[in-house]
Amino acid sequence: MAILVVAEHDNRQLKPGVANTIAAAGMLGGDVSVLVAGHQCGDAAAAAAKISGVARVLVADAAHYAVPLAENMAALVVSVAEKFTHILAPASGFGKNIMPRVAALLDVAQVSDISAVVSPDTFVRPIYAGNALVTVQSRDRIKIVTVRITAFDAAGAAAAAAPIENVAPLADSGLAQFKGHELTKLSRPELTAARIIVSGGRGMGSAENFKLLEALADKLGAAVGASRAAVDSGYVPNDYQVGQTGKIVAPELYIAVGISGAIQHLAGMKDSKVIVAVNKDAEAPIFQVANYWLVEDLFKAVPELTAKL
Amino acid sequence: MKVLVAIKRVVDPNVKVRVKADGTGIETANVKMAMNPFCEIAVEQAIRMKEAGSVTEIVVVSIGLPQCQETLRTALAMGADRAILVETDVEVQPLAVAKVLKAIVAKEAPGLVIVGKQAVDDDCSQAGQMLAGLLAWPQAACISKIALAGDHADVTRELDGGLEHLTVRLPAVVTTDLRLNEPRYVTLPNIMKAKKKPLEVMKPDALGVDVAPRLAALKFEEPPKRGAGVKLADVAELVDKLRNEAKVI
Repeated sequence: MAILVVAEHDNRQLKPGVANTIAAAGMLGGDVSVLVAGHQCGDAAAAAAKISGVARVLVADAAHYAVPLAENMAALVVSVAEKFTHILAPASGFGKNIMPRVAALLDVAQVSDISAVVSPDTFVRPIYAGNALVTVQSRDRIKIVTVRITAFDAAGAAAAAAPIENVAPLADSGLAQFKGHELTKLSRPELTAARIIVSGGRGMGSAENFKLLEALADKLGAAVGASRAAVDSGYVPNDYQVGQTGKIVAPELYIAVGISGAIQHLAGMKDSKVIVAVNKDAEAPIFQVANYWLVEDLFKAVPELTAKL
Repeated sequence: MKVLVAIKRVVDPNVKVRVKADGTGIETANVKMAMNPFCEIAVEQAIRMKEAGSVTEIVVVSIGLPQCQETLRTALAMGADRAILVETDVEVQPLAVAKVLKAIVAKEAPGLVIVGKQAVDDDCSQAGQMLAGLLAWPQAACISKIALAGDHADVTRELDGGLEHLTVRLPAVVTTDLRLNEPRYVTLPNIMKAKKKPLEVMKPDALGVDVAPRLAALKFEEPPKRGAGVKLADVAELVDKLRNEAKVI
């Protein structure tokens, strides 16, 4: 077994899911390499070399890898693919964008968003918004897999750093050009890495009212999330969205405020360790997954909670 | 410019599905079906581009059972011009979908393909990116904005931590995210009109595509249930539980 993990990073730091993906790769039993493609990405490569279970880091450094465009990234992964039996990436926006293109170019299937490794060719993955789990077996020569990072504990630090090797960059495809980013300025933890998340739904009523949640989040050192209904209503940007079609999270504490608990929202948060729900509707489905619930007006309960912490 | 939109018929996203008692699949008999929500956004986008004058024809494609004709008729009622059903009773996995669409692209020569970012049944999120790879076309996954500008398109993609602006050469494949648009409702007169629009049915064999599944589903099961929770009297009790029972704050 020879496994390649495609690392998500910003050229300086690895994204939190990389260590989890490396842990999943370790469960396959084999030699784990990590590909860091970027521009002036030495720091990210050095960080990858220090994760437990990594045998070597492959670095492709070129200006056109500064941002991971799918066309360039997929071609690069394909150029090294035949040495590997498995290629893994986190099931984040990064992995979802690149890996299916890799699979198609190799004429193999992809197993998306695995939550468990059964054997080197068999995996468990959630379907139907997590309302069912399916065990799938791939007989393709190279297994392309994206990993649900909340389902795997992050690999720890290695005793000694793994060697770093260079891989030849390919030419820029020229198919797509990066024009710019509008990255959300984070004064709080990232949703997918947060220990505590405070999330708001349609019940928040307005963008302005999300400040109530922000105050609570700041008290707890928490990230702020939202249901699709709140995003649809324009209260918060799409990258706040927790759910089947947004982010999948599993923090130690998830506080759902003014969220009714649609199937698609539950899909994104029901693996949280402790779930608290505050909703004035005593029939809200969110209460079915909550450990603790308050039937109360959020505009009264949230400020009170913030004050008492 | 011609636009191709691929749509999928799925279990209505508001229905809570059940695993069959014998673990061989999902219970879909007598379950309400609907167009995948992201596919609706894809159809809507094509219609808005046509209304804006930048698109001349919208062809919608679906792959699957004969009942997919209903889903295609919905797309025609929304405003698509023509439909193609690639009919098969095989479970069509994303790679096969991409291969079928590649064959349709070869026949239809669209300038843009729009698909949903994810189907809410298998949650794979693969087909659009795979199609782009097979065609060696640029791709823009999870877009919330698109503007056609001659030989290219300016798009905005939804990232995990913000937005990304790209220019992609045309032809290209784009996949739709939630905030791209809000799909229209179909009206009765348009449903009547849609019945007269052309709908062609063909088999995967006729396109020279092997749609046999690559992944074997060995077992389906329900996820573990969460234990019953506790209703609390007030915020003070909540703070106490979080501190002293759950010990998470």
